[in-house]
Amino acid sequence: MSRPRSDASTGSDASTGSAASTGSAAGSAAADPLRPADHADAVDPVSGSDGITQPALGVVGWLRWGWRQLTSMRTALVLLLLLAIAAVPGSLVPQRSADPNGVRQYFVDNPDLAPVLDNLSLFDVYTSPWFSAIYILLFVSLVGCVIPRTKHHYKAMRAQPPRTPARLSRLDVHHSEILECQDDQDAAAAAAAAVDAAQQQLRKAGYRVARYDGGRAFSVSAERGYLRETGNLVFHASLVGVLLAVGIGGGFTYTGQTVIIEGRTWVNTMLDYTSFNPGRFVDEDALTPYALTLDDFSLSYVAPGQQGAGQAGDFVAHLSTQFPDADAGTGEVRVNHPLQIAGDKVYLMGNGYAPTITVRNGDGDVVFSEPVPFLPQDNNMTSQGVVKVPDGLREQVGMVGFFYPTAQELTNGALTSVYGDLEYPMLTFWVYAGDLGIDGGVPKSVYTLDPAEMTQLAGGDSGAESLELKPGETVDLPDGLGTVTFDNEAPEGAAGFQDSVKRYVSLSIHRDAAATWVLVFAVLATAGLLAALFIPRRRMWVRATPQGHTVQLEYAGLARGEDPALDGAVDQFAQRHLASLADREPAGARPARPETTPDVD
Amino acid sequence: MPDASPLTLDSVSVLLVWTAIAIYALAFIAYAVDLARRGAVAVEAKDAAARTARDRELVAAGGGSARTGIIEQMRAQEAASEDALNAPVGRRSRLVWARIGTSLTVLGFLFHLGGDVTRGIAAGRVPWSNMYEFALTGTLLIVAVYLGVLFRYDLRFLGTFITGLVVVLLGGTAIWFYTDIVPLMDPLKSVWLVIHVFVASLATALFALAFGLSVLQLMQARREARIAVAARAQDAADTSAGSTAKTGPRFLQTLPSAEALESLAYRFAILGFIFWTFTLIAGSIWANDAWGRYWGFDTKEVWTFVIWVLYAGYIHARATRGWRGSRSAWLSIIGFTAVIFNFTIVNMFFKGLHAYSGLS
Ligand code: HEM
Repeated sequence: MSRPRSDASTGSDASTGSAASTGSAAGSAAADPLRPADHADAVDPVSGSDGITQPALGVVGWLRWGWRQLTSMRTALVLLLLLAIAAVPGSLVPQRSADPNGVRQYFVDNPDLAPVLDNLSLFDVYTSPWFSAIYILLFVSLVGCVIPRTKHHYKAMRAQPPRTPARLSRLDVHHSEILECQDDQDAAAAAAAAVDAAQQQLRKAGYRVARYDGGRAFSVSAERGYLRETGNLVFHASLVGVLLAVGIGGGFTYTGQTVIIEGRTWVNTMLDYTSFNPGRFVDEDALTPYALTLDDFSLSYVAPGQQGAGQAGDFVAHLSTQFPDADAGTGEVRVNHPLQIAGDKVYLMGNGYAPTITVRNGDGDVVFSEPVPFLPQDNNMTSQGVVKVPDGLREQVGMVGFFYPTAQELTNGALTSVYGDLEYPMLTFWVYAGDLGIDGGVPKSVYTLDPAEMTQLAGGDSGAESLELKPGETVDLPDGLGTVTFDNEAPEGAAGFQDSVKRYVSLSIHRDAAATWVLVFAVLATAGLLAALFIPRRRMWVRATPQGHTVQLEYAGLARGEDPALDGAVDQFAQRHLASLADREPAGARPARPETTPDVD
Repeated sequence: MPDASPLTLDSVSVLLVWTAIAIYALAFIAYAVDLARRGAVAVEAKDAAARTARDRELVAAGGGSARTGIIEQMRAQEAASEDALNAPVGRRSRLVWARIGTSLTVLGFLFHLGGDVTRGIAAGRVPWSNMYEFALTGTLLIVAVYLGVLFRYDLRFLGTFITGLVVVLLGGTAIWFYTDIVPLMDPLKSVWLVIHVFVASLATALFALAFGLSVLQLMQARREARIAVAARAQDAADTSAGSTAKTGPRFLQTLPSAEALESLAYRFAILGFIFWTFTLIAGSIWANDAWGRYWGFDTKEVWTFVIWVLYAGYIHARATRGWRGSRSAWLSIIGFTAVIFNFTIVNMFFKGLHAYSGLS
């Protein structure tokens, strides 16, 4: 069958086949009362009802005006751009939330500038008044925008597709065909039958349809793609959901840090945390008192001679877990694989060596004996730690220790570590005696020593050599204070130094009440976005007008939102419809003129 | 540079990458010649069109001013260019130099792919886990998306932009970012590395195309505006002499209208935006596994967010009266600038948890 081609005539000169529908084209059909007034597809307010001459406004009038401004597309856009700009400084200046040490350092490096920046909240950008103002306004605008649109959309979904416009030829896409009737056929009947068929096909293609027969003409009006608007609303509403989940969930969220040395046990109570940040609604006394024991911390090293030699990885903390009134269990914490326990998640944040150190007084009595966590200073685990012996010696003694898992002497005589594993461990101490300053009641970090009230007896500028120990060795403290032993923790008879020093892990324990909800809303938002961006929403009309012994068939389409495929869709539909008419009545109505027909209206 | 002495898989990879760079550079030249020649062809076509237009004007007996003449001519040309843009592969205009450019791009792509795959095999993992490898795979995806899109749209006029961009990025990468293969750091041992980084690169590729189209859109819009002004001036002077106004590079005369370029840019940008949204979510899930929180305003997170918001702004702008058109195009351009900034400057100079560039 030779298919008649007819040109898609374009409704308005301005939009040459573009997706943009010019609202005026279909009159009220395209106007969308509850889209924001400055939506590109809305009726231009200058020519529309909202004239530019504002009447004198009362308070209510001003409020309404202000609300309309706030919920306009333009405001939303400006606020979005402001939000983007406002987020940037937080990446240029260290933030207290992400990098507290960086902030401290910034104050040291820029003593004049830092207080000024601090006054502008530049170290807390994301909780600053100005940042908050932007996103709160944005979300007020969002809610103010979404609610009326939801109402409108709800109505639209229940309403019938709109009346067929009188002048279909003025729409974005329009085809016209002339059908010739058979001799014995009534043109009106043929027209009705054609529209019946179109109605059926449109419905099958997922359109909502309504018939508008009247006067001489028969027509079907169809609309599809309501899901586009639904998606848009779901997307925007889900953003509100994300914000609420973060805001409310944050109140029930806590994070705490702790350190566990191999062989030691930690209990989930406030006492055992080294730091704890609870949300507003967290009951600190209601933590589940489970216990974690670090049985072993394993890791592997890239062997010397290979690329990336010395790099450590495959960190695993092997834990025993114990709940009150329950059997013990085991668990593992690895990077990327937190341990889930009692609704908490336990993360591996760091690890290091905790050399076991024993101090004896002049009489040989043990006055200190425990593993001391040392903080790693470089990739080869050169580590630093502090031993404080407040009681039992003639004077208070403080020692700053340096630990080298694989020690090597530099040309200047200083030691360094050349490998992270325990190949040739060495521990050195600077020794101080005097007042540790821990009796004043001011809490002091276990990782730092304040030597202000102390005299240095060994190492550094003291004139005396620092103490040097290998695992298992004991040396005298200066001035006959006593002895220090670097205990070898390896099992009896072990060769080499493996396991001679205990390791520790630093763990972070989290309860995040918000994360799941945030994820749910984020996924919903994405689904909504996909629908909103890719489901075309369009209207289609088919009208059949009997004209003597022929029927004029018109097909028209109108995009509502971006719809690059509209042309093709109308074209395809017209062809399929015409083909079906020809098939159904082989000898009956068939397209009359193979050439383009002029649009008649 | 890796040791060249024993021919390791990794040094083969480097060799392939450099070959690819050289071929892309040739492709760039071919595409540039194509653009220059399009200008010449356009002038001929215009003369021909002017002739027919004049004939028609005679027929239409005194119809039309100079203004409608020039503008109609421009519209007709743009409509024709738009048809050419959408023409199926078999029915495209035979632009010899563009063909050479595309063939070279395909060849360069094959070498590039080889370089990327051998790097992955040499490393025994996906080849996108440090800055050098992100750049290798990211640029590969830019070319792949460009070549893929060519099946649907005749976007060869973007060839200079794409090959130029890739030569610069890949060249810079090979010179400055090369890092030896080392085992992955623990936080990177995750399926999310595979997903998150790959999707981010894909989004970048789509944003790159949108960027190129937005730039052309602005140029074309300026040309259209100047032609409109020239036509009005001619009307006022009532001469029908040919327009002499400067309207930008001549190849613009072979491109679709600003509006058509805009709607195409928009289509790539929304695809990119979807992938970027996914990147953001996948990154948060990963951060939650690796660092114990899904969001912490780490520098890289901040920039990912900023980019997301910028493109959300772009999509909004398209739907806001007064912003559709050139203003929204600027947002697409700013968005892509932020993407490149995020990839280069932020990776290299900003401090943060995402310290996986492998550069020291
Ligand atoms: C948190 C802030 C916001 C973000 C991130 C955002 C993002 C987006 C995105 C990505 C789209 C495109 C997807 C779609 O069509 O559904 C969109 C569309 C839209 N947004 Fe928003 N939006 C925000 C706030 C607002 C506000 C406050 C309004 C009301 C003034 C609004 C009104 C609209 C409208 C009407 C559309 C549809 C545009 C069209 O017809 O193509 N949005 N928004």
